[in-house]
Amino acid sequence: MTRLASAFSKGRPALVTFITGGDPTPDATPAILDALVAGGADVIELGLPFTDPMADGPAIQAANIRALEAGTKTADIFRIAAEFRARHPETPLVLMGYANPMITRGAEWFAGECVKAGVDGIICVDIPNEEDAEIGPALREAGIAFIRLATPTTDKARLPAVLENSSGFLYYVSVAGITGKQQAAVDTIAQAVAHLKAGTDLPIAVGFGVRTPEQAAAFAAHADGVVVGSALVDLVAQHGANAAEPVRALTQALAEAVHKAREPA
Amino acid sequence: MNQTMPNSFRHFPDDRGHFGQFGGRYVAETLMPLILDLEREYKAAKADPAFHAEFDDLLEHYVGRPSPLYFAPRLTEELGGAQVWFKRDELNHTGAHKINNCIGQILLAIRMGKKRIIAETGAGQHGVATATVCARFGLPCTIFMGATDVARQAPNVFRMKLLGATVVPVTAGAGTLKDAMNEALRDWVANVHDTFYIIGTAAGPHPYPELVRDFQSVIGREAREQIQKRTGRLPDLLVAAIGGGSNAIGLFHPFLDDTSVKMLGVEAAGYGLDKEHAASLAGGRPGILHGNKTYLLQDEDGQITEGHSISAGLDYPGIGPEHAFLRDIGRVDYTSVTDEEAMDGFQLLCRTEGIIPALEPAHAIAAVKKVAPTMGKDQIIVANLCGRGDKDIFTVADRLGVEL
Repeated sequence: MTRLASAFSKGRPALVTFITGGDPTPDATPAILDALVAGGADVIELGLPFTDPMADGPAIQAANIRALEAGTKTADIFRIAAEFRARHPETPLVLMGYANPMITRGAEWFAGECVKAGVDGIICVDIPNEEDAEIGPALREAGIAFIRLATPTTDKARLPAVLENSSGFLYYVSVAGITGKQQAAVDTIAQAVAHLKAGTDLPIAVGFGVRTPEQAAAFAAHADGVVVGSALVDLVAQHGANAAEPVRALTQALAEAVHKAREPA
Repeated sequence: MNQTMPNSFRHFPDDRGHFGQFGGRYVAETLMPLILDLEREYKAAKADPAFHAEFDDLLEHYVGRPSPLYFAPRLTEELGGAQVWFKRDELNHTGAHKINNCIGQILLAIRMGKKRIIAETGAGQHGVATATVCARFGLPCTIFMGATDVARQAPNVFRMKLLGATVVPVTAGAGTLKDAMNEALRDWVANVHDTFYIIGTAAGPHPYPELVRDFQSVIGREAREQIQKRTGRLPDLLVAAIGGGSNAIGLFHPFLDDTSVKMLGVEAAGYGLDKEHAASLAGGRPGILHGNKTYLLQDEDGQITEGHSISAGLDYPGIGPEHAFLRDIGRVDYTSVTDEEAMDGFQLLCRTEGIIPALEPAHAIAAVKKVAPTMGKDQIIVANLCGRGDKDIFTVADRLGVEL
């Protein structure tokens, strides 16, 4: 079983956490990643910074800018990933970002670096299935999961296109909008997950706008996993190089809430 | 019919929105269903004579088309070579070619039942044109504009507000066109259900590059007919400035299969190609940004670098995908001129023809100044005068050291 499959096969919902790589500096990122693992995160998304994060709200935009201003290069992200893999052989690591930094040296190069660094999958915001040829074949050849996004605009007609070539897990973006803003109502999550489950056996993680353990638990009751990003990135913004401990504390509270979300009260 | 020739340059994009390796639909999944809807709706509109009739009627009676094709005698004499003609799209309502596209897109928005319009703008010409058509059709409109551009294009900001638009200054990045486009995309993804995004140039996800080109092609169709009527033949060279490239593709596209007609696109070389500039073909390489694959100014990691041009309308690190394609297959030549050369071109046209051009076509004029003397007196250049210079007098005065 792959690391990603194992993370979603623990008999309870999984906590998926996101931070931006290189934020506030490349040197500070390893301790923050360790804090996510220590806090109980089941899957880690490491943001590959980009100058033009079109789908992100102010928190993650600012994180991208901090990382790039600190001099973060793609090579730093792969070095951070490889070192993470050496310290944490079990925790799945997913790179999340935008197409251009992923294809700029060729998709094969990128997929090869993912393999070398022990990266399990990628999420690319701006490569829909229509443009799969840009990077999909290279990822599949290398055995790297291509995790796709489903959204509130993914209706019945659209769903097969989203699921085609989709692997690892399915990331349900619960609001039509940018990261870190508003939150979807819980009853819409239940419906959306049921709609997606009808089309796929992939685990479904729900994200966008989830900030507190209470919100995370409410979503986790209906999904295989919950993604938390902006709330953690905000802690990095606030605490900078000292963010590891507050990140661990929030992650632990989120993990406890998510892991127990389906247990009877 | 050129359209049916197997080797036509006018058949692109393919049905997936690709111009060779360029173009495409690189957008967030939230937008995909809407992009596909727009493509369907545009196909239907293209086949609907009522849509064309309404578009043509508005262009004639609201925009003031056809725009004149003007022979520039004193400029021609001064340059001492080819005859220089200008397609006078600066005489359009709102003072630039941008309105052609806005008329087409707002008719599409209405067809699709959208209730709210958003747009990005650099120089403010597209923002003004969008605000204009929104006022004309009674739709609310929000314009995203980089904070730097808000400062250097104050008259256009005021025009947009007079026309009833909400202008949102964007402070992210360098506060220019690229950042305005990012913010417009963020708004769109959050409001897909009721909002239509009027993209201002022949770029962005398919079908935008195609539909913007089609709406702007009225420039080239008119010019082609006018020059033949006036001179009995086709021109030898077309010249147009390029930021995203909508005025250029609008002029070039109807001539693409006329093999005797050469074409020259003029990018902004800013302070110089070895310094800061906005010439993505000359100084960039293929990449993905804002929904399409095209030439981009970027570093080795694929991070987008900030362009610079004296002209806010050319200050963009990418270029429309069809230009990227036409350059790679060699059908169109591309060159670049610096801020300083554009300033010379600006003053040259003021002095010789009594026309104050925008800084964008001043780049085309600067290129004409270089190339016309190398051509014979029996040869014909048609350059696109895509905007008038009223909006730029403050920038120009500043550059000339004049206080207004």
